[in-house]
Amino acid sequence: MPTAADTIGALAERDYEYGFVTDVEQDTAPPGLSEEIIAFISAKKNEPQWLLDWRLQAYRGWQKMVEPTWANVRYEPIDYQSICYYAAPKSDDDRPKSLDEIDPEILATYEKLGIPLKEQEMLAGVAVDAVFDSVSVATTFREKLADLGVIFCSFSEAVQDHPELVRKYLGTVVPRRDNFFAALNSAVFSDGSFVYIPKGVRCPMELSTYFRINAMNTGQFERTLIIADEGSYVSYLEGCTAPMRDENQLHAAVVELIAHEDAQIKYSTVQNWYPGDKEGVGGIYNFVTKRGLCDGRRSKISWTQVETGSAVTWKYPSCILRGDDSVGEFYSVAVSNNRQQADTGTKMIHVGKRTSSTIISKGISAGEGQNTYRGSVRILRSAEDARNFSQCDSMLIGDRCGAHTFPYIDVANPSAQMEHEASTSKIGEDQIFYCNQRGIDTEDAVSMIVNGFCKEVFRELPMEFAVEAQKLLEVSLEGSVG
Amino acid sequence: MLRVSDLHAKVEEQEILKGVDLEVNAGEVHAVMGPNGSGKSTLAQVLAGREDYDITAGSLELDGDDLQEMAPEERAHAGLFLAFQYPVEIPGVGNSYFLKAALNAIRKARGEDELDAMDFLQLLRKRAELVDVDEALLRRPVNEGFSGGEKKRNEILQMAVLEPRLAVLDETDSGLDIDALKTVAAGVNALRSEDRAFVVITHYQRLLNYIVPDHVHVLLDGRIVRSGGSELALELEEKGYTGLTNGSSGV
Repeated sequence: MPTAADTIGALAERDYEYGFVTDVEQDTAPPGLSEEIIAFISAKKNEPQWLLDWRLQAYRGWQKMVEPTWANVRYEPIDYQSICYYAAPKSDDDRPKSLDEIDPEILATYEKLGIPLKEQEMLAGVAVDAVFDSVSVATTFREKLADLGVIFCSFSEAVQDHPELVRKYLGTVVPRRDNFFAALNSAVFSDGSFVYIPKGVRCPMELSTYFRINAMNTGQFERTLIIADEGSYVSYLEGCTAPMRDENQLHAAVVELIAHEDAQIKYSTVQNWYPGDKEGVGGIYNFVTKRGLCDGRRSKISWTQVETGSAVTWKYPSCILRGDDSVGEFYSVAVSNNRQQADTGTKMIHVGKRTSSTIISKGISAGEGQNTYRGSVRILRSAEDARNFSQCDSMLIGDRCGAHTFPYIDVANPSAQMEHEASTSKIGEDQIFYCNQRGIDTEDAVSMIVNGFCKEVFRELPMEFAVEAQKLLEVSLEGSVG
Repeated sequence: MLRVSDLHAKVEEQEILKGVDLEVNAGEVHAVMGPNGSGKSTLAQVLAGREDYDITAGSLELDGDDLQEMAPEERAHAGLFLAFQYPVEIPGVGNSYFLKAALNAIRKARGEDELDAMDFLQLLRKRAELVDVDEALLRRPVNEGFSGGEKKRNEILQMAVLEPRLAVLDETDSGLDIDALKTVAAGVNALRSEDRAFVVITHYQRLLNYIVPDHVHVLLDGRIVRSGGSELALELEEKGYTGLTNGSSGV
């Protein structure tokens, strides 16, 4: 049996093999975006010509596009020429040596979330020693998956090891010129995850980015591609409840999911990027394009997201229900506290017959936070007997925040059944007083009431993720009342 | 146990309580009766520590401690319980989960060990039986979609689980049919004990047929105008509140 050290050694060699021996000598690209920079990135990653061409096409499209302004968010204009689009992963010398070098405020939050010390070090980017529990866990984990034919690796590895799959599916759900941020991502994406589940395989464990060894440095333009072949099943977890800091303010990720006949993909996200300080300074802009294609009959894609971080969120995980009898689901909790702004929701596009979709959205606004639900349900002419159920609930904590709902419904087939429910509630003083009278203090009362409000979404999350998400909500809303 | 002296309280600049005196000892049941707008519910809310009410004069003591110095949850920890006239709905929060959180918050504040899920469930079942509450009610979210009668019974169940020293029942009989009224009364009677006191606030004499009080007080326009034994309630029933005030005033 190989020892952990052997395995680490092997991995280190592989990195060497693929990533960092190129004829380009610099480790970091100069700020700015141009075809040269894109060629540089592609060369750094040792990519095939077709992928470079694909990136360049995306870039040329992007140049003609205009940044969208329809979202209900405000932020300072982004200077795309001042951003650095490639930086080699940090070497251990540049990283903090121990937790003593980490912002005490972050450590306090880790503490509240009950994160073990080793994981704290990993999250904070501390240079840890190679014999590290989770690395060996991750390795055995990958071996087990490989036995089943499941591919779970970084996007860059997939480009090298499974180019035919990447080429076949990349951009088929989110075309490279889909929208401004998706085009930008397509031109310059750094890394991300790649998952392929073969026919008939039920992936026996939750796939989590957390277990992907090099997940910590995916950078600001993450690209994820998940393919579930016929009759397969996979549950994928993205993110992490611990607050993630990043020097890069702009994050523009793209996620594409493809479910073939009778396949199911469950994609769960807990997003907790740094939201900025109380005045909103320094927070992450999270502009994400996530879309799933239910390509085969009876396929199913479920998005579940708990969004508590980022200064500005622009995100609409969507489903294209092409296969007959396919099912799309979207369950969302979005929190905006202090100066956070979230414009999030989903699109359900019904193409196939008897397709059905469910949307449950829970928006929570506190402080001066602004929370917008924006959702679109389209029933095309071909979608005979399609059904949709939408429920959008907003909760306000305090009187300086806002909740907004923009549902768009477009029905081109009269056989469709549509249901839409919406509510806005305020955490009532009545509710808090009632809890107080029973002996529960205000902070616990708020977290209990909010968790109750989000229950329908939390129960869609894998068990331990749900527990973490509840705790996270508590921490995110700390001090928002009284 | 409870001592209320010359209590004045106002809400939104309007004085509601204009000098209330009330002394309740352990083991006693006191009824406070009065017409609408006499200040009954205000008295209940002030005892529980609702912020919207300003106490402008007088004092409130529970076992010698100044209630005004205590937050609502601290009053609960000290053993004060209010059965709400309008119990509040908390969607998505399970009834038994809520009660466990409440009981453990109180136990923790008193330096007692918190109950684990198993022990709590056992206790909850026993109490539910005692006050005749259906177990199905325990699994539903707190008061959400409950009928008027179910809400009131749920309040009594909460009281039975939290075992307060002093329970204030604010118009627990309102909106109940006679069967529900009997069940609620039986629940209260089952909890009567030597070291526990009740203040039963009600508009009608009806409830007092089932919860027989030791003392009855008549609250009119923010003052207690008569006090007496349980026979006072019957007299009220006969003469009405107006008939009562025409004769005597004060104690």
